[in-house]
Amino acid sequence: MKLTLHIWRQANSALKGKFETYVLNDLNSHMSVPEMLDHLNEKLIKEGKDPVAFDSDCREGICGQCGFVINGHIHSPEKHATTCQTHLRSFKDGEELYLEPFRAKAFPIKKDLCIDRTALDRIIAKGGYISVNTGQAPEANSILINHETAESAFDAASCIGCGACVASCKNASAALFTGAKISHLALLPQGKMEAEKRVKSMVAQMDAEGFGACSFTGACSAVCPQNISISHIITMNKEFWRS
Amino acid sequence: MFNSKVPPGPIQEKWTQYKAQAKLINPSNRRKYKVIVVGTGLAGSSAAASLSELGFQVDVFTFHESPRRAHSVAAQGGINAAKDYKNDGDSVWRMFYDTIKGGDFRSREANVYRMAECSLSLIDQAVAQGVPFAREYSGYLSNRSFGGVQVSRTFYARGQTGQQMLQGAYQALIRQTEVGQVKLFTRHEMLDLIVDQGKSKGIISRDLDTGKMEIQTADAVLLATGGYGKIYYLSTLAMNCNASAIWRAHLRGAFFAAPSWTQFHPTSLPQLGEYQSKLTLMSESLRNDGRIWVPKKAGDERAANSIPEYERDYYLERKYPSFGNLAPRDISSRAAKEQIDNGNGIGPLKNGVFLDFRDAIQRDGKEAIKKRYGNLFEMYKKITGMDAYEEPMMISPSAHFSMGGLWVDYELMSNIQGLFVLGEANFADHGANRLGANSLLQACVDGYSIAPHTVMNYLAGMEPLTKTESVIGKEALQESKSRIDRLLHIKGRKTAEEFHKSLGKILYQKCGLSRERKQLLEAKEELKALQEEFYRELLVPGSAEQINFELEKAGRVEDYLGLAQLIVEDALVREESCGAHFRLEHQTEDGEAKRNDLDFKYVSVWESQPGGTFKLHKEHLEFEAIPLSERSYK
Repeated sequence: MKLTLHIWRQANSALKGKFETYVLNDLNSHMSVPEMLDHLNEKLIKEGKDPVAFDSDCREGICGQCGFVINGHIHSPEKHATTCQTHLRSFKDGEELYLEPFRAKAFPIKKDLCIDRTALDRIIAKGGYISVNTGQAPEANSILINHETAESAFDAASCIGCGACVASCKNASAALFTGAKISHLALLPQGKMEAEKRVKSMVAQMDAEGFGACSFTGACSAVCPQNISISHIITMNKEFWRS
Repeated sequence: MFNSKVPPGPIQEKWTQYKAQAKLINPSNRRKYKVIVVGTGLAGSSAAASLSELGFQVDVFTFHESPRRAHSVAAQGGINAAKDYKNDGDSVWRMFYDTIKGGDFRSREANVYRMAECSLSLIDQAVAQGVPFAREYSGYLSNRSFGGVQVSRTFYARGQTGQQMLQGAYQALIRQTEVGQVKLFTRHEMLDLIVDQGKSKGIISRDLDTGKMEIQTADAVLLATGGYGKIYYLSTLAMNCNASAIWRAHLRGAFFAAPSWTQFHPTSLPQLGEYQSKLTLMSESLRNDGRIWVPKKAGDERAANSIPEYERDYYLERKYPSFGNLAPRDISSRAAKEQIDNGNGIGPLKNGVFLDFRDAIQRDGKEAIKKRYGNLFEMYKKITGMDAYEEPMMISPSAHFSMGGLWVDYELMSNIQGLFVLGEANFADHGANRLGANSLLQACVDGYSIAPHTVMNYLAGMEPLTKTESVIGKEALQESKSRIDRLLHIKGRKTAEEFHKSLGKILYQKCGLSRERKQLLEAKEELKALQEEFYRELLVPGSAEQINFELEKAGRVEDYLGLAQLIVEDALVREESCGAHFRLEHQTEDGEAKRNDLDFKYVSVWESQPGGTFKLHKEHLEFEAIPLSERSYK
């Protein structure tokens, strides 16, 4: 299988980047996209060139480390898939692919396709938890949670923190990411105690990091690898106005 | 030489007694002590958060950009706890028994009992943190079964239990950074351990974005750096999982226990081609409802659904009627290998077996199966392009979990004073085979329940660190710098990736699911040659002062090449079969593992010697609570 790759190359955050073109003729349609880049990098290294820096770790769509833009698709042309779960069978033989990093003011480019998403950790640091110390917990079954609530909380909590929602948004908003965490914890009785304080400080941090406002287009939810619903943004807004 | 420090008294009271007698530090004095934690998976995050809550200063290091990326995130099926919510006869004692038996009587009784004991409060802790475990319609917690047991004691959050548990621990950790007790060093790798007069006093760190190397000093160092199954190259682990921290500690004097005990997971996806970088795991929980089979006729090319019932061999149900498809992992993997070796394997490379949900779907309906395993079926479809509701999954064994690791005593402290090793990085609890859903458990118990007590007990005996940099630290820093320089300046013709692939092939073929003396001896020579070639032919592009993934990889492969030789040595010396260690020379008439308790009722504990050789010590195991018996799942 043959693909022509136009890949964003940028040596570091201070320098300007540009697309460079590579042609690969010996690909297999079962390869994943990161495996294709491994293959390219092996060639580049042997030619004495700088390999393409890209993030990838678990390669099964759960760690949230990978992700870039392929032909304008966040992560993948496939629905609700991460880059690492995208295989070359998703493309046509001979196709041209443009690979570039997730673009957002709050995600500075570190090198080539690698970005800095630590802003997301700083949002969580402002209350994205239940303040329980080790050793304080009561017997687990003393807190009853109905099946549907537990399932909804899980849906929200399944966020992998990849930043696709931000990259897909024309305002580079982190509302889906932040809303999912607020919603996960607000749904559970354990999390209710701190709900007001949490939503205020997490939303403030989200703004301070330079993420834009949500204009509710739903683009985030459409690309989310975990298919997280935009209803969690509504929950966040509801919690915010209540607080 | 080393002492396991198991407290005296009946097994049920050891941990209570230990905690009652452990030394304490006054809350206002705790802030004077600094602890380094390396790794932010479940063990590292939970230990760091718990120690910080107690009032210690904690510096946390991870090579990831965020603690939440650690590989605990990938555990799917669940976490065990002896809550007996199902009223099916479970208890701490039964869980202790199952784990000792599952580990083929090669683990330390006192540690295993404690893990089962601490499992009770762990579920409470996770629920309090907001982990959304599966619930019954009544609102009570739900359970399912895992391999090697006959009760339902596994708690789960769909197929993402590890991710949810890690979120809980990550959030607890991040909360402490906000309080200012935890200082987080992301994108920092540990290059070496600083050992001063027999005590662990810090690490050498490298900032992976800038290349800056530094001496980091502390009163104690906790390694929670996970397992090394990735040494086999093709494994269920993440691409960056590595043994560097524990291997460097080993070279500084920490003993390495049972290095060759690596678990091969029976339900991962088979390899399809040479380009492949990993094998994806499918949760063991699928074996609750999926039936494993191969065609009776070797080389049968027909589509799975057109092979009639009487031409299928449900070999696990046939060989192990009382545990069936839920036989433990080592046994299931070996049984699959037997079928594949006999030519009954399926798939394009004939290297897999079927995992079939047809009967479960007919019995419970597609919707019920979807509810239980929906995301796993989706994942399977994303990776293979096939629909497991319509045709059986193809699975095969893959390198997965390291039962071996740095040797630790009852306090989880290595033979180096002040060096604690937690989670998969240590050897303690799983013997020669880990039971499903015990790995999340062990990581959490080590971090939340054990380390806070044992680390404080250690620190209470000493003065807090005075801030002068030791000569030893500077020497270690210099050595690390020279190592990095050396790797960059070989300028040979082969990439680190190529060396890693060659290494994986040698280990899979000669020290994998089965081992025999002749092949191990060959592997020993081949590994030595590969290591020499590495130092002659390695090619690393770029420099050390920038983001350089190839340099990171080269350092990890360098350490793997050292560890691989110890793995082979360990497998060679152990002239018996036990758990995941299956020596072809030592099997029963019907092909089961044949233990030799007379000569090998010990854990092999290895000391590194100058010149790349190893010296064997033995920790003899006593089975007082559970009498030694032959393991049977028939």
